Amino acid sequence: MSLDHSYLVDHSAATESLDSVSRRRFLKASAATGGGLLLSLALPLARGEANAPSTGSFEPNAFIRIGRDGRVVLIMPYVEMGQGTYTSIPMLIAEELEMDLSQVRLEHAPPNEKLYVNPLLGVQATGNSNAVRASWQPLREAGATARTMLVAAAAKRWKVDPASCRARSGVVHHQATRRSAKYGDLSAEAATMPVPEKVALKKWSEFTLIGTPAKRLDIPAKLNGTAAFGIDARPPGVKIATLAQAPVFGGRLKSVDDSAAKNVKGVRQIVRLDDAVAVVGDHMWAAKQGLAALKIEWEDGPNAKLNVEDIVRALDAATRNPGAVAQSIGDADKAMASAATKVESTYEVPFLAHAAMEPMNCTVHVRTDACEVWVGTQVIGRAQAAAAKAAGMPVDKVIVHNHFIGGGFGRRLEVDGVTRAVEIAKQVDGPVKVVWTREEDIQHDMYRPYFFDRISAGLDANGMPLAWSHRFAGSSIIARWLPPAFKDGVDGDTVEGAIDLVYNLPNLRVEYLRVEPPGIPTAFWRSVGPSHNVFVTESFIDELAATAKKDPVEYRRALLDKSPRAKAVLELAAEKAGWGRPLPDRTGRGVSVQFAFATYMAQVAEVEVAKDGALRVRRVVCAVDCGTAVNPDTVRAQIQSAIMFGVTAALYGAITLKDGRVEQSNFHDYRVLRMNEAPTVEVHIVQNSEPPGGMGEAGTSCVVPAVTNAVFAATGKRLRKLPIDGGVLKQSA
Amino acid sequence: MNATRDTMITLNVNGKPSKVDAPDEMPLLWALRDILGMTGTKFGCGLGLCGACTVQIDGAAARSCITPVGSVGGKAITTIEGVGNTPAGAAVQKAWLIGQVPQCGYCQSGQIMSASALLAKNPHPTDADIDAQMSGNICRCGTYIRIREAIKQAVQSKA
Repeated sequence: MSLDHSYLVDHSAATESLDSVSRRRFLKASAATGGGLLLSLALPLARGEANAPSTGSFEPNAFIRIGRDGRVVLIMPYVEMGQGTYTSIPMLIAEELEMDLSQVRLEHAPPNEKLYVNPLLGVQATGNSNAVRASWQPLREAGATARTMLVAAAAKRWKVDPASCRARSGVVHHQATRRSAKYGDLSAEAATMPVPEKVALKKWSEFTLIGTPAKRLDIPAKLNGTAAFGIDARPPGVKIATLAQAPVFGGRLKSVDDSAAKNVKGVRQIVRLDDAVAVVGDHMWAAKQGLAALKIEWEDGPNAKLNVEDIVRALDAATRNPGAVAQSIGDADKAMASAATKVESTYEVPFLAHAAMEPMNCTVHVRTDACEVWVGTQVIGRAQAAAAKAAGMPVDKVIVHNHFIGGGFGRRLEVDGVTRAVEIAKQVDGPVKVVWTREEDIQHDMYRPYFFDRISAGLDANGMPLAWSHRFAGSSIIARWLPPAFKDGVDGDTVEGAIDLVYNLPNLRVEYLRVEPPGIPTAFWRSVGPSHNVFVTESFIDELAATAKKDPVEYRRALLDKSPRAKAVLELAAEKAGWGRPLPDRTGRGVSVQFAFATYMAQVAEVEVAKDGALRVRRVVCAVDCGTAVNPDTVRAQIQSAIMFGVTAALYGAITLKDGRVEQSNFHDYRVLRMNEAPTVEVHIVQNSEPPGGMGEAGTSCVVPAVTNAVFAATGKRLRKLPIDGGVLKQSA
Repeated sequence: MNATRDTMITLNVNGKPSKVDAPDEMPLLWALRDILGMTGTKFGCGLGLCGACTVQIDGAAARSCITPVGSVGGKAITTIEGVGNTPAGAAVQKAWLIGQVPQCGYCQSGQIMSASALLAKNPHPTDADIDAQMSGNICRCGTYIRIREAIKQAVQSKA
């Protein structure tokens, strides 16, 4: 059960030639469980010896290593950032490998886009709530393949039929002759067994581990300070640096007067870059004091007059023209024209920061012949490539050590922090840990984009929607992050939650206009495309229900005949929430339904709005159908987590720009939900044996409209802009 | 220009004297992390707003990012590395394990230090007491529900 912290025991590319990599066996991944989002790739199938002859260990594939000493090491292709992958992934492997979780040790996967590519993204990346979905087939197969070869090795040794042997808890047994052998003892022979072409996997009813609330393997280390995050890296002799980047995006460093900084005790060196300055010291205190003592002049550049209002105006203007069609059903224009009633609204959602608890950081040692990096990253392959580029070295000279991540949320899908640290480290002798202050972290984040939406519907005589037309403008992260997945003006992430709606809408058109804001970088943010689209669609369907004077749950239910799984979660959530039971004055319930990340979810939020407009989210009830819940406690935890993240955004989240500078800087003005504000959360999991859907993000996009719809129920005020403005909710005298 | 006086300070950390070369105004957080190499206490905001840096000083929760080393004197500093040796700390860690509280885990050192300090001084906290003690500790992974449940579990187990 122990997590192996010996990151010095490394499989990084620098210590592993391409030859040894190609000797490993790859497994073909089934992309069938994808959310229909991005590229799907089959992992390359390479044949060859399944061993490292020098060590005698058994390495049938990239995920399992069994040494002669019996140590079973599982290599984790998806990094642990709180979502439980370092338990769920081992569960998938161990189920078929026939190991107890207490018997396995874990290692972070090294950079290797071939071995560890995420088959649903085409990149070695942890994100988009797809680690378990992407692993469901291939990692079970990896476990089964290894088990088959271990059993074959035992059978060969004992000269018996493999079918008469059973594997359990790391031991192969031949019951008839009462012989048994541990996996470690069999490892050398197993390595010589032929790799099976196909392996049979357990039936759902045969699972002993999958579907159980197994205890998280990483939690013990997170209780006593021993869990190593990127910011905790301490290679011998490491110095600490902090930095200031140009306050206006696109600005440059003009001049630095470092005379006072140099005299701060503990300051070693000042490093100048084109658009940043760093202070290197013996400890963070010296670095911070040194930075404060610098007199810096910036050339603000082209974005010096940019305000967020300018960006919003541009988005608004863009939506007055047609965009790229993301989906078209029937004839929306014609149906709209003949509709008895039309409803039209605009919606806006703001830029959002990630504000993970672990500020951005990266430790780098640039040596003459190699570059070594310590970081917590969701994209270790890209981190290696970025470091190589910045260091001017070949990729195979760059070693990257991954770590637990103190909050990813999409921030660590970007490698700007790695590049920055390498740029600094190139000017420093020995290793340097670059730690961003919270101010830098918030003001040089890469933000969830601002979106401006125009949406309209045509209703029939009964108030039911005949036509639905939705057009929105904002940044496409995919167009920058994975260009091949941006086609004909659309990408699957930006429009997720706006297309393939669960509702029966006979005429629908969804259009997207890619508008990149100048002077502010954008990135994936927990629940990505759905984070803006579901707020709009679930608020708007609520508007239609109100127009039709129908109950919001009933209105939705009537449109879900073609989506039984969506209907089931809606009914479950409504029932468990006590939908329809009376509530006190200025208290209301709101509902939302979504299909996103291959998971069906419905939530009912209860809010109470004080006379002065102060809002309290009291309770959230969530019904979820995520297919097979590999670890139901993790599913529960992720829903609790995602809901808190979403409620924070609904209540407080806004990043604004004034004169090109982000106005927010720390937790006093970028407010996040605290213990005393947290709603209660009830989770109801629908049990079935469908393939697993994603759970890391779904709760975030789903809760936001549930909350704003609840505000409407409580006050009659429809919120079409976030964050919620309490001023709007003040009780009129 | 800093004075060239001797800046060696002796801190009492988890029951052991530890010498650090630090000016009086250096926040305890950096003495712990960067000089003593005790990385269990975390940096989150530097302004005492997030609680990730929480330690105990003579048993009371303190934000080490805004506690100058010069202000601590000989008081007993307890960090996450040592709190398990206290009855409240051990009970909290056990409850955190049973309740599967942490997610990313980065804020949890601070959460555990705050919760342990609460239980050491108030063995039967109400929800309002829990709110008052714990609202200074931010969790971006939203483990608040499990934290509250675990605190109550720890109370039961000590009863």
